[in-house]
Amino acid sequence: MQAIYKRELRAYFTTPIGYVTVAIFLAVSGFFFSLTTLQSQTTDVSSYFTYSLFVLVIVAALLTMRLFAEEKKLRTEQLLLTAPISITSMVAAKFFAAETVLLGMLVLSTFNLIPLYLFAAPYTAQIVGNYIALFLVGSAFIAIGVFMSSLTENQLAAAVATIGALLFLLIMGFANQYIDLYVFRYLINWLSVYSRYQNFTYGIFDYNALLYYLSVCFVFLYLTVRVYERRRWA
Amino acid sequence: MVKIEHLVKRYGSNFALDDVSFTVEKGEVVGFLGPNGAGKSTTMNILTGFLSSDSGTAEINGVDILEHPLEAKKMVGYLPEQPPLYLDMTVEEYLNFVCDLKKCAYDRKKHLKEVCDVVRISDVRSRVIKNLSKGYRQRVGIAQALIGNPEVIIFDEPTVGVDPKQVIEIRNLIRNLGREHTVIVSTHILSEVQATCSRIVIINRGKIVANEKTEEITRTLEDNRRFKVKIAGPQGEVLDTIRQKPGMTYVEPLPEREGDAYAFLCESAPNTDMRKSLFYTCAERGWPILGLEPIGMSLEDVFIKLIDKKAETAKKKAR
Repeated sequence: MQAIYKRELRAYFTTPIGYVTVAIFLAVSGFFFSLTTLQSQTTDVSSYFTYSLFVLVIVAALLTMRLFAEEKKLRTEQLLLTAPISITSMVAAKFFAAETVLLGMLVLSTFNLIPLYLFAAPYTAQIVGNYIALFLVGSAFIAIGVFMSSLTENQLAAAVATIGALLFLLIMGFANQYIDLYVFRYLINWLSVYSRYQNFTYGIFDYNALLYYLSVCFVFLYLTVRVYERRRWA
Repeated sequence: MVKIEHLVKRYGSNFALDDVSFTVEKGEVVGFLGPNGAGKSTTMNILTGFLSSDSGTAEINGVDILEHPLEAKKMVGYLPEQPPLYLDMTVEEYLNFVCDLKKCAYDRKKHLKEVCDVVRISDVRSRVIKNLSKGYRQRVGIAQALIGNPEVIIFDEPTVGVDPKQVIEIRNLIRNLGREHTVIVSTHILSEVQATCSRIVIINRGKIVANEKTEEITRTLEDNRRFKVKIAGPQGEVLDTIRQKPGMTYVEPLPEREGDAYAFLCESAPNTDMRKSLFYTCAERGWPILGLEPIGMSLEDVFIKLIDKKAETAKKKAR
């Protein structure tokens, strides 16, 4: 498992994809930060984190599109699947490699906060809570991307499918105000990544949401393992 | 040791493998022969745990690949049809990765050096795989299979796309590996198995057509008494004389000619050697024989014959 993890992590930075992804994330989140916080002369970072959520959609797609699709296309998966490692650890290794890049990216983006701390006194607990939430939402997004990548050998298709699925998860909450039926509204609210995330931006640390994001991770990683096990029988 | 029993694999309604069984003992090099799409790669993919069979079992040293995949995979080195290379890595990095992947317990530096020397890639170790020629890539693929010194080595068409000199090198390598390992080599080149393998398993349309020692298959060829003879004498008269000899079943003049000598293709009845009596007949008539060479049936012929025979018996059964 370590071998694959190391190789994947390395592959992010021997190809442009890792640099490009990190750069896009830092640039866009930096832009949103100056717009929502510095320009507005406020220490309220809630809209910064809300916008970051949308940037994560792109980031997750870019980080995961390669993971399985490329192996399939180049037939290198034959090496992994005939090596003495389980499918579960193969999937886990790739997932954690993407997670590591995500984590590094989020840590780097804390530079945005420096001027805030220099000139004002922001509410640290809220910021920490938001970062944890952002990381967990990112993890859930990456798990979904991993699953999409395992379905195809076309990286572009994987990326587009991931973006589609993630945007759908994010924006379906917006439809709520137009729906009269309570059951639907409840269901959409329950499924929506966005509505759960809102609590964090208000400064509430929502354990239910954490559990939800972790569950999404597990479900999609499990599905990825199933995709590979099923392919052996097909 | 590799043991395959009653493997069946279906793709939709097509049988890729239909009740395939064979065993390969330790120290044996077995050639797995068949036309394209016969089920060679499918068998190998099942044997290495890449695919699962619909029914039947595949065992590596007594360990079932489906029940204990991790233990079984540890004992196998596999070169798939297309070598599984990460093009953006250097040879060194790639082989190190494979070592990690297989949790290879040997002294890393020494083992890598040995493997690289055996397949002769020591001079390209620091190069990026993307920039290597097909022959080198193939050899890196072979190196990958040898890492960890697995007991069972499986090569799927190892000499495809490799230049003739390297083909010989790879064949020698396979023969040497056979001393201490169990080796299965798939190919559709017949001379290749003849040159490297002690036993030949022939598969066609998912069924085993033959499973015999290489010598036995070669002996089958010798049964067929065909030879080419070059006789100096009047062509028409010589032809009539040989044709009339008892035991000769077929004579055909060949267009080949050397001075006043003409060439003939002769075929005798089974189990009769006509060469001596032909010599005396010609000597009596005063026609010197300038050349005489037996024409064995090529493995190609045997192969086609075996497949046809199977097809015929199957047809008869169907009727």
